[in-house]
Amino acid sequence: MSLEVVQPGILSLLQDAGRYGQHRIGLTNGGPLDPHAFAYCNRLLGNDSNSTAIEISFGGSQFRAGVDTYICVTGATMALRINGVEQPLWTVHRVAAGDDISLDFADSGCRAYLGVADGFTVEPSFGSTATVVRESIGGLNGSKLHAGDVLPCARVASRRRCYLHPSNQPRYQDRVTVRVIPGYQQAHFSRLQQRRFFSHAYTVSERCDRMGYRLEGPAIRCDLDGILSEGICFGAIQIPADGQPIVLLNDRQTIGGYPKIGSALSLDAARLAQLRPGSTVNFAPISPHGAHNALHMAHSLALRQPLLEHHP
Amino acid sequence: MELHSSGENAMILYLGNETSPEIAARVQLAAAAIEAALGADLVDLVPSYASILIIYDAMNTDHLSVGHRVRAALANLPVATGTEGRDVVLPAYYAPEAGADLEAVAERAGLTIEEVIALHAQREYRVYAIGFAPGFAYLGQVDKRIASPRLSTPRLKVPRGAVAIADRQTAVYPAVSPGGWNLIGRCPTRMFDPAAEPTMPVVVGDRVRFEPVSRARFLALGGELS
Repeated sequence: MSLEVVQPGILSLLQDAGRYGQHRIGLTNGGPLDPHAFAYCNRLLGNDSNSTAIEISFGGSQFRAGVDTYICVTGATMALRINGVEQPLWTVHRVAAGDDISLDFADSGCRAYLGVADGFTVEPSFGSTATVVRESIGGLNGSKLHAGDVLPCARVASRRRCYLHPSNQPRYQDRVTVRVIPGYQQAHFSRLQQRRFFSHAYTVSERCDRMGYRLEGPAIRCDLDGILSEGICFGAIQIPADGQPIVLLNDRQTIGGYPKIGSALSLDAARLAQLRPGSTVNFAPISPHGAHNALHMAHSLALRQPLLEHHP
Repeated sequence: MELHSSGENAMILYLGNETSPEIAARVQLAAAAIEAALGADLVDLVPSYASILIIYDAMNTDHLSVGHRVRAALANLPVATGTEGRDVVLPAYYAPEAGADLEAVAERAGLTIEEVIALHAQREYRVYAIGFAPGFAYLGQVDKRIASPRLSTPRLKVPRGAVAIADRQTAVYPAVSPGGWNLIGRCPTRMFDPAAEPTMPVVVGDRVRFEPVSRARFLALGGELS
């Protein structure tokens, strides 16, 4: 009872909500780059919020159902076809053993989540199934999905066919404003340097991946050359010697010695991770209080968002 | 001591701005105190050379409450005695066949290979930080005479167990990986074993000593020369 990978596409990874509490042995978080889309995938399917789904970057993937179950795809707009017939995203669909499931390349955004009813049943490592390729941990043997991989999942005979109303689905644009919480070495960036950072547009470079998004734009200078290596939190914005900011994401190293100007709000980092090279990023400051409120507002809004249901 | 917000769910505590055994001991004491003070609100903790990153559950608490509790916990911190942490002995087979840069390190230092080995093995090191890769422990500080800059061209493949030096730090590679440190020997102890309990033989703050062993002893302990 499984889903078979026919064609993984550019990068497909099994992910649950992430691996937490393991930084002290050097393990990073992993987990979905867009937790919002990931959470809806599981919520629509009626799954536990930590259920394992496939994160598909850029699309071009194909799968074959080996069991009768339900699937849902959320996130980047990649045309979904079941046995060649296009079906809506953010919607639970019934599939039967033998059905062909394919995803085109993304039109907008670049990370989508393919979930199944009750999630994929893979053995967790260090408390999580999240795949971190750099660490060879999680997923199937710590690696990305390959053609022929068999992803175990249960036979599910009935499930509510929920969907999210299109007006509540996010629209992925090619311009994102990232709110930045002050912190770390911000005091070692002069007022001029901070003004430059917050008032110019940056471009997403080709070097953007699950570790971090490297941006290009006006160089930012820090008074410090380097610092003693210290813990790096999610979203930290590192400024290396070339002055080009790197927003550190899910697969970042847990410690590092470059100065950091602050940290991205996770809600905005999720939108950043949907951007492709060439897209535009602006930064805006937010206080720790403001960040805390924004997180709680987003959390309660997500819980209140109604799910609709298709009746056969 | 300084404590700042560093992200939406993180604060960073600075206990100094240099590498020293005294600060490392304070880091270890403070980490234990913070863990006790925050309980279930603590998501993760990253102790490093002179700082501790505190990651908390922002759905249950905030930076004001965390800051208050951390400051209160640190006010009662015991004085470091220098005996914090455990003593850990790591066997090491030092030889050119096990450490491809051993001869180059000796040559740069103007020492014999035997002297390099003696200088590396006679010191007690502190585990200052763990990171870079799973199980990679930064140990310091090596004797100034054998401090060696990173290779200008990193190797694509450093073997698991490689004992290496970069500047005044030393480490044992936990897995095959790329790396630019100077290789001087090989350690048969697994630094990161997902199947073992505990996963790592050391934690931040432990005191580590290398014990030179023969080729035969190294192989008997499970070491591999490949």
